[in-house]
Amino acid sequence: MSVARILPSRGARLLARGRHDASAGGSGAQSPGPRVHSLTSPLSSSSPARALSGLPKGKMTENGMASRGKVLTIDTMNPTVKKVEYAVRGPIVQRAVQLEKELREGAKKPFAEVIKANIGDAHAMGQQPITFFRQVLALCSYPELLNDSTFPEDAKSRARRILQSCGGSSIGAYSASQGIDCVRQDVARYIEQRDGGIPCDPDNIYLTTGASDGIVTMLKLLVCGEGKSRTGVMISIPQYPLYSAALAELGAVQINYYLNEEKCWSLDISELQRALDEARRHCNPRALCIINPGNPTGQVQSRQCIEDVIRFAAKERLLLMADEVYQDNVYADGCKFHSFKKVLFEMGPEFSNNVELASFHSTSKCYMGECGFRGGYMEIINMDAEVKAQLTKLVSVRLCPPVPGQALMDLVVNCPQPGEPSYNNFMKERTATLGVLAEKAKLTEQILNTVPGISCNPVQGAMYSFPRITIPEKAIREAKEKGQAPDMLYCMKLLEETGICLVPGSGFGQKEGTYHFRMTILPATDKLKILLSKVKEFHQKFTQQYS
Amino acid sequence: MSLLRGINPNLRNIRNSELAPLGMRAWQIKDELRQGARKPYKELIDVSSADPHRAGVKPLSFVRQVLAVCYYPQLAKSDKLPADVRQRAQRLLGTCAGGSAGSYCPAGGIPEIIDIVCEFISRRDDGVPSYPENIFITSGAQRAFVEILNILVNTLRSPITGVLTPCPSYPPGNMAVVMLGGAVVPYYLDEEQGWELKIDELHRALESAKGVCDPTVLYVINPGNPTGHVQSRKSIEEVIRFASEKRLFLMVDEVYQDSVFEQESRFVSYKKVLAEMGPPLSHTVEMASFHSVSKGFIGECGLRGGYVELVNVDPSVMRNLYTLMSRDASTTTGQLALDLMINPPQPGDPSYPLYNEETQYIRATWVQNVKRVLEVLNSLPGISCQPVKGGGYALPRLHLPPGAIQKAKEVGMLPDYFYCSRLLEETELCVGAGSENGQRESTYHIRLCITTSVDTMEEVLRRLTSFHIQFMKDFS
Repeated sequence: MSVARILPSRGARLLARGRHDASAGGSGAQSPGPRVHSLTSPLSSSSPARALSGLPKGKMTENGMASRGKVLTIDTMNPTVKKVEYAVRGPIVQRAVQLEKELREGAKKPFAEVIKANIGDAHAMGQQPITFFRQVLALCSYPELLNDSTFPEDAKSRARRILQSCGGSSIGAYSASQGIDCVRQDVARYIEQRDGGIPCDPDNIYLTTGASDGIVTMLKLLVCGEGKSRTGVMISIPQYPLYSAALAELGAVQINYYLNEEKCWSLDISELQRALDEARRHCNPRALCIINPGNPTGQVQSRQCIEDVIRFAAKERLLLMADEVYQDNVYADGCKFHSFKKVLFEMGPEFSNNVELASFHSTSKCYMGECGFRGGYMEIINMDAEVKAQLTKLVSVRLCPPVPGQALMDLVVNCPQPGEPSYNNFMKERTATLGVLAEKAKLTEQILNTVPGISCNPVQGAMYSFPRITIPEKAIREAKEKGQAPDMLYCMKLLEETGICLVPGSGFGQKEGTYHFRMTILPATDKLKILLSKVKEFHQKFTQQYS
Repeated sequence: MSLLRGINPNLRNIRNSELAPLGMRAWQIKDELRQGARKPYKELIDVSSADPHRAGVKPLSFVRQVLAVCYYPQLAKSDKLPADVRQRAQRLLGTCAGGSAGSYCPAGGIPEIIDIVCEFISRRDDGVPSYPENIFITSGAQRAFVEILNILVNTLRSPITGVLTPCPSYPPGNMAVVMLGGAVVPYYLDEEQGWELKIDELHRALESAKGVCDPTVLYVINPGNPTGHVQSRKSIEEVIRFASEKRLFLMVDEVYQDSVFEQESRFVSYKKVLAEMGPPLSHTVEMASFHSVSKGFIGECGLRGGYVELVNVDPSVMRNLYTLMSRDASTTTGQLALDLMINPPQPGDPSYPLYNEETQYIRATWVQNVKRVLEVLNSLPGISCQPVKGGGYALPRLHLPPGAIQKAKEVGMLPDYFYCSRLLEETELCVGAGSENGQRESTYHIRLCITTSVDTMEEVLRRLTSFHIQFMKDFS
């Protein structure tokens, strides 16, 4: 007997309506009366489960009636969570998803497809995974394939090694919270090789669920104090919004230091000092975050700059958090990736014995692009033993990082070597992927700089371009009236008219009165060219329209 | 001299340090054995955590074959693997951006898989509808649990948010409450009644919180972890009524819903019961239910896949939850595993015979293990075990002689930990200490995972029996 008959037709009230139009500033349509949902008819097919904007007007919220008497309301919930925003997946992306759906359902639009250049997801945009990595992962997943002669020996030996270190020889068993032992050892060895022999202790390596997890964990560890002694964390503006979201959620004080757009987004120590001195008046600054190569700006810090930052951190007693997930994505001539760890140790014991440093890496970027596996690690230098014990305890609350991601991290740091069967193919794929990215970085900079009103710094590294755009006064006024950031207005219109999804600069932070957008350089070259020409066309039209 | 001397004060409150050494010592012994050390037994057996694969259970072939093809689609080109495996992999890859298991998942989860989760829940609950916007797929149920708690625990208020939690409980659940700045308010499960949840006890616990914290959340685990109790419908109804009356948000951990061993006990979901209780309760009780790929037949703890379903939650809160969930993607693998768990091969599919054989075998193993544990342990003096109806563990009670308790105090260990430590050193068998999960004052328990192979369980019982008899002799 079906329970559907026991429930009244309004039994669906059991299930509250979910998310609403997040592009509107307010709390969504409030109409009186309950929403009726018949159990026999499916939820309206036009209900966009994931995309929040564009809900049919008839949909009602339960806000008016049902929220009276609820245990969990906007007022009783954790207030710090309310402040969390994450532009990369924010309202503009939700609208893009909605448009894709409409296109699929046959709606007529000024464009044939939505091009999502908002998120650093290489595979989504057609980049191919590294064959070797996927072979080993398949072997780890279904070890019967170890008997399959079509798999190369070096893939098999790595799979065996990984499986041996997993509980019950299965990637489905929990690992230690800090990560699989042999993987941490391999990571340590990789870091030593990368950094010219500077020793790395596997005990200082924590495998994480993507670098984001490591970053948030360190911040969770560190944030404390009340009022004027509340922890402050320095972050670069523009920044990757994970940092601002985490700081908001933890109730930490965000201390902005501005990168210098005129000097190719370089970091000025004087600006760090200014930001710090100002912050000291109202909080307790304890950490300095730096992303190198930069996101969204793409700048690759010079060695001198890194030394200066280390000196600054040492002098001001700040924990350095170095987000180095783009370390293989360096394109511009004359630019080279220098790890913070390497530079720190080359500066001698006065610094290497004292400066506290956390460096982060991931399987999501570089030439791998394996975002979906959530592989990552952090290396902790000079952390107090007692604090480290607390960190170890903290990571155990999440049980363990995903084991396939740990396996993948192992392969990244333990990739095919000269002489091994998979070496040639591996190098070919890696070189090709990085080469194409370098070309696209150059292409993007070139084309954007031909547009009057758009000015683009060289994309030295990472995966993005963050050009400055001039927005006419009239548009700025309109945006303000709508309660929107001007570059959000710009990007929304761009999306509606061309199907191109970018993220407004306001989501990353920028100097007052300046406007930007961030686009990825990930779409395939021909698509990228189309994208750039459409952006050019749109910008000119937009400027005209609002003159 | 570290500048990190000041750290998040909540972390110090997370209790686990005194018991971690047991796990670490087990690793050490494993290493020592690998290096050829001479010990009473040649192999370390660790049944302290309900990790089926670690304990020797084989992964399901269908699941692993599909995942292998998803990772390395070349495999679909030959017909080495069954047709339904290849088809499923193709369908799943079609739900991934760029057709790759390496792309980010959309915030909240892959829509097609969420739809399948809805269908699954509805099927399980005899037609009670489930809606996609109320579901979030996450890297393990634990992740979702932490995020929901994050929204509930209001740290800027005084008194702090209280969470009624079962005792014994699942330690990471309690740790999460503490980490987020909430207060754990334990309610004791009734051991003599098979670890039943008694409403009187819920009332008492709530009373005890007066003046200490503001209880807002009622955390329930069904089937019980580590207790093995499976709640009756009547009990679930009582709890729901209590939550409604006392204005508590229900957080229901149902990850063991597929692990029910006894014929008479049947898992029924809180959501189904709530729906069947009708209005006003069905329209007002706020609830989050959790499920995961870590347990059941699939047992894929390391793949980190799970989901939470929300019921009657305020829409503007849902909006915030969505943002919170979107800032960190969950693994694609976990989502794929979820599909494979709730949408297994059906009769007629090429993979069905093997799938059926493997799952039946696992089920038979559980039933056999539970039978043997109860038989053996209940026949020994000084140890007794409540019936295990479901879940992943048996939680036998130790009736320790005063001499043992005294000795434990002398060496500065909790009595059950002392027992476990001795057991580990003398027999290379690692079981969990009940102190880790919480227990009534002056009661002591050990915790052993019953999702091992039959042979492993026999060996466990052999070693435990001989140790226990000697231990009781030594300390009487």
